[in-house]
Amino acid sequence: MTITKNKAEWQPADVKQELLKVYPPKVARKRAKQILINEAEESSATPEIVANVRTIPGVITMRGCTYAGCKGVIMGPTSDIVNLVHGPIGCSFYAWLTRRNQTNASSENHENFMTYCLSTDMQDSDIIFGGEKKLTAAVQEAYDLFHPKSIAIFATCPVGLIGDDIHAVARKMKEKLGDCNVFAFSCEGYKGVSQSAGHHIANNQVFTHVVGQPTKERSEQYKINLLGEYNIGGDGFEIDRVLKKCGITNIATFSGNSTYDQFASANQADLSCVMCHRSINYVADMLEVKYGIPWIKVNFIGANATAKSLRKIAQYFGDKALIDRVEEVIAEEMPAVQEALKDVHPRTEGKTTMLFVGGSRAHHYQELFKELGMKVISAGYEFAHRDDYEGRHVIPTLKPDADSRNIEEIEVEADPKLFRPRKSAAEKQALESQGFEFKDYQGLIPDMDKNTLIIDDLNQYEAEKLVEIYKPDLFCAGIKEKFSMIKQGIPMKQLHSYDSGGPYAGFKGAVNFYYEIDRLVNSKVFGYMQAPWKKNPELSATYVWE
Amino acid sequence: MLLRHTPKEVFERSALTINPAKTCQPIGAMYAALGIHGCLPHSHGSQGCCAYHRSTLTRHYKEPIVAATSSFTEGSSVFGGQANLLQAIGTIFSVYNPELVAVHTTCLSETIGDDLPQIIKKSIDEGNTPEGKIVIGAQTPSYVGSHVTGFSAMTKAMAELAQPTTHKNGKINIIPGWVEPCDMEEIKRLAQVIGVKITMFPDTSGVLNGPLQGEYVMFPKGGVTLAELRQTSAATGTLALGEWCSGEAARLLDTKHKVPCRILDMPFGLAATDRFIDALRTIAGAVVPEQIEVERGQLVDMIADMHQYFYHKKVALAGDPDQLIAMTEFLTAIDMCPVHIVTGTPGKKFEKRMKEITKDSPYPVNIKAAGDMFLLHQWIKNDPVDLLIGNSYMKYIARDEDIPLVRWGFPILDRQGHQYFPTVGYRGGLRLLEKILTALLDRQDRDAPEEKFELVY
Repeated sequence: MTITKNKAEWQPADVKQELLKVYPPKVARKRAKQILINEAEESSATPEIVANVRTIPGVITMRGCTYAGCKGVIMGPTSDIVNLVHGPIGCSFYAWLTRRNQTNASSENHENFMTYCLSTDMQDSDIIFGGEKKLTAAVQEAYDLFHPKSIAIFATCPVGLIGDDIHAVARKMKEKLGDCNVFAFSCEGYKGVSQSAGHHIANNQVFTHVVGQPTKERSEQYKINLLGEYNIGGDGFEIDRVLKKCGITNIATFSGNSTYDQFASANQADLSCVMCHRSINYVADMLEVKYGIPWIKVNFIGANATAKSLRKIAQYFGDKALIDRVEEVIAEEMPAVQEALKDVHPRTEGKTTMLFVGGSRAHHYQELFKELGMKVISAGYEFAHRDDYEGRHVIPTLKPDADSRNIEEIEVEADPKLFRPRKSAAEKQALESQGFEFKDYQGLIPDMDKNTLIIDDLNQYEAEKLVEIYKPDLFCAGIKEKFSMIKQGIPMKQLHSYDSGGPYAGFKGAVNFYYEIDRLVNSKVFGYMQAPWKKNPELSATYVWE
Repeated sequence: MLLRHTPKEVFERSALTINPAKTCQPIGAMYAALGIHGCLPHSHGSQGCCAYHRSTLTRHYKEPIVAATSSFTEGSSVFGGQANLLQAIGTIFSVYNPELVAVHTTCLSETIGDDLPQIIKKSIDEGNTPEGKIVIGAQTPSYVGSHVTGFSAMTKAMAELAQPTTHKNGKINIIPGWVEPCDMEEIKRLAQVIGVKITMFPDTSGVLNGPLQGEYVMFPKGGVTLAELRQTSAATGTLALGEWCSGEAARLLDTKHKVPCRILDMPFGLAATDRFIDALRTIAGAVVPEQIEVERGQLVDMIADMHQYFYHKKVALAGDPDQLIAMTEFLTAIDMCPVHIVTGTPGKKFEKRMKEITKDSPYPVNIKAAGDMFLLHQWIKNDPVDLLIGNSYMKYIARDEDIPLVRWGFPILDRQGHQYFPTVGYRGGLRLLEKILTALLDRQDRDAPEEKFELVY
C-alpha cells in the first residue's frame, strides 16, 4: 500500500495509528505502549514508555541476543583475555572481528588475541553426552598454545539446556593452571529479551573476577574509569587523546581497547565516568559501593558535550590547575571544530534524521545533529530500559519480570580493605550545592522535541512505514537496516559500527562526523536512481532524427 | 603481526577449533531460502541467530536480507518453542504477507526437540498459515555439519515441494549450490545459449543483486517460484552442481519422483565447466553452439598466454568442499600447485577426492576436512606459498606472511564485485584467472628491483 498523504499532513497520532494498524489486536496493544508521542502530560512529568520487553515472535527485529551482548560487545574489545566460546561453531564465528572495536596492541610483546576465534565446535555427541570434558580439554589446549593471563568461557544456547557446568570447569582449570584466571559467563542467547542482558552478565563477571585483583599501583593524578565506551572506529583513542592532553588519567576503559590489568586496577580510580548508561550504569554503582568511587554521567559524542564532560570531571577534582588546563584544551580544540561547522552547517541545517540504535547512541548522537542544525524527528533504542528513556528516577519503580529475574544481580558491600570514599558526604554536598550532579541521567525523552515519536525496539515494518511517511534526509540504525533504506533512496548511517568511519567522539571525532553527514545528506547518488528517459513523457513520434 | 601468537610448530588439538573455516547450518538455510520467490526465511531459535545470519549475509551481499525469528526466551526454551513459532507464523503472514515462510531450526530448538513438521501442521490447522500460503521447514541444528549442509537441507526442503505427476515438462532441474547470484545468472545464461529450458533452485539472482531505483521491495522479482518448485518432479532430469550443496535434493527427486539425476562438480574452471556443458547437452539432446565453444577457447587461450606466471606457483586455500574441489582441479590444470587446503566442513569424502585431484603434484600436499585456518596458517609457516585463495578472514594470514590473496568464497566482507561478476563457466574462469594474475603480478611489480621492473608482461 502506498501512502499518499503529504508529510506535512501527518499528525503524530495518525502516524502511530498507521504503524499499528497492520498488527493483530494483541500485538497492536503491546506495540502501542512502546510507541510514544513526546508531549508533556498534564502533570508535566516525563511520559512513560514500555521498554526492555520481549520482541514479538515473527517480527523482523533489530535485536540480537544475550551472547552477542556479552561476548560481542563487552568482552570482545579486551585484547589479552582469550575468549573461548563453548558451543556449536556459529556463535564464535559471527562474533569474530565483526565489530569495529579497535585495539592498539602494536608493540610485539603486547598480547593480542582479538584476531583469534576460539570454539569448542560442539557436535551432536557433545550435545547428547555433555560437553564439559571437551571444554576442559579446550581450555587446556588454549592455555598450552597461548599461555594467556586469563581465559573467558562463554556459554551458547545448548550449553544451558544440556546443563554443562561451565563455572565448575572454569574453577577447576583456574586452580589447575595456577597462573591463568579462568572464568565463565552464563550468557546463553535465550536469556533476557535482548543484548542488554548479556551486557549485565558480562559486567557482573568482570566485576567479580577481575576488578580489584592484584596489579600494579596507579599513582597518577586525576584517575578516572571510563565506563561504557567500546572504541568503535577509534572513539576511545580520541577520548584518551583529549583526556591525556588535559592531564586526566584514564586507568580503565570498560571495555574499548582494554586489557586485563586495566580492569584489575579499576578500583584505584577516583571517579567513574559513564558513557553508555545502558550497558554499564550498575557497574558504576558497584564500584561506588565496594570501593567508594563516585560516578558521573558523561558524553563525549558532540564537541559541546565533550567540553561539558571535561569541565564536569575538572569540577569534580576541584583543582584549579586542572580546571584551567581543561579550559585551555577546550580553547585549543574548538577552533578546528568551529571552522568545520562553518563550512558544513549551511549544507546540513534544517535536514531531518531518525535514530534507532543501541541503548545510548540514539540519545548521544542527537548532540552532534544539534550542532549540525539537523532535526531528529523520531528516535528510539534497540535494547534500552525505561531509565534510558525517562531518566534514573524511574529505577526504583521498575519491577523485575520473568525475563529479567533470571539475570543474575550481584550484591556488593564495602570492601573491608579497599573501600575508601573519594569524597566525604560534606564534599559531595558542597559540589551538589553548586549544581554538580552525581549519578545523573535524565534519559532521552526530555531532550526530544515535542511531537516527535519515540519508539522502542523498532522493527523492519515500522521503519519502512516511518520513512515512507516522513521521508527523512537521513536514517541511522545498524547493518541489517542499512540496505532497505538505501534502496528507498534514503541515506543511511550505521551508528553501531559507523560503516567504515570514525572516530566520532571528542573534538576530532565531531569534525569527522560533520563531514560524514555532509557527504551523506548531500550525496549525488540518489539523484541517479531514475533513468533520464523515465523523467520524460512518452514520445509520440518515433524514429525521427532531428 | 596480527596473528602473532600462532606458532610454527603444529600442535595437535582434540577439542579446540581456532579460526574456523566454516560456520553453522542455519545461515546456509537462510541463504538458500532467499532464493525462493516471495519467501521469508524464519529462524526458529534465539534472536541472536537471526541477527548474526542477517548481518553476515548483509555484509557479504550488500543487500537487504530479511528474515524473522521465533525470539526464544528462557521460558520457551524450557517449555518448547511451539507457541513462539505459531505466533511467529501468524505475525509474519499478517505483517509481511510473503508467499511462503521457510523455517529452519537452530541448536536451541533442536536440543529441546521441537517437532517442526508437527508445528507447521498445527499452524495450518489453527489458521496461523492462511489459505493459499505455505510454510516449509528444514532441520539445521548448528552442532551438525556446517553452513554448507544447512544450505543443502533447505534446498532439499524445496525439492520436497515437488508434486506427484506423470507429466513431463521437458525442463531440466539445475541445483546450483551456494554460489553467488551472478553465478546463478551465468548458469542460466549458459543453459539458455544451449537452448535448454531449466528450473533453477534456489535462485538468488534478482534477489541479492538488485538495482537501486528508489523503491524497496521486500520480495523482489527474482527467485524460483513455488509453482516451478512443485513442477520439479515433471523435469527430464536434475543436474546437481556440488555433492555437498546439491546432492541430497537431487537424490530426493530421483527416489521420490523418478527424476534421474547427475551429480557434478560446481562448474568452476575448465574441466568442471566442460563436464557441466557436456551433461547439459546430452540430457537435453542439444548441440553445443559455437558461442560456447568460443568462450571455452578464450579461456584456453588465456591459460596458454599466461602459463608462465602460473607454472608451479604454490597455493593455499580455505573454503567449502564443492568450491575447493573444482578450484583445486582448475589450479592443477593450469599447472599451479595447491599445497595446503582446508575446509571446516566435515567429510572424509572430501579428503579422498582432493588427494585424487592433487596426486600428481610435484610437492607434498596437506588436505584437511573439519580443519581450521589456524592449522592452515601453521602449514603455511612451515611451507610458504605464493598465493592464498579464500574468504576475507584470510587477509590476516596474507598480511602477516606477506602473501597475495585472491578473495573467493564466503564471506567476503571487505571487497565488492563477487555479487556481479561470475566465476562459474568459461567466462567465470577468465575472471578467476584475471584475479589470480593481477594478484601475482601486482606482487611481482611491488617486489621487483628497479632493474627487473618491466613494462610488458
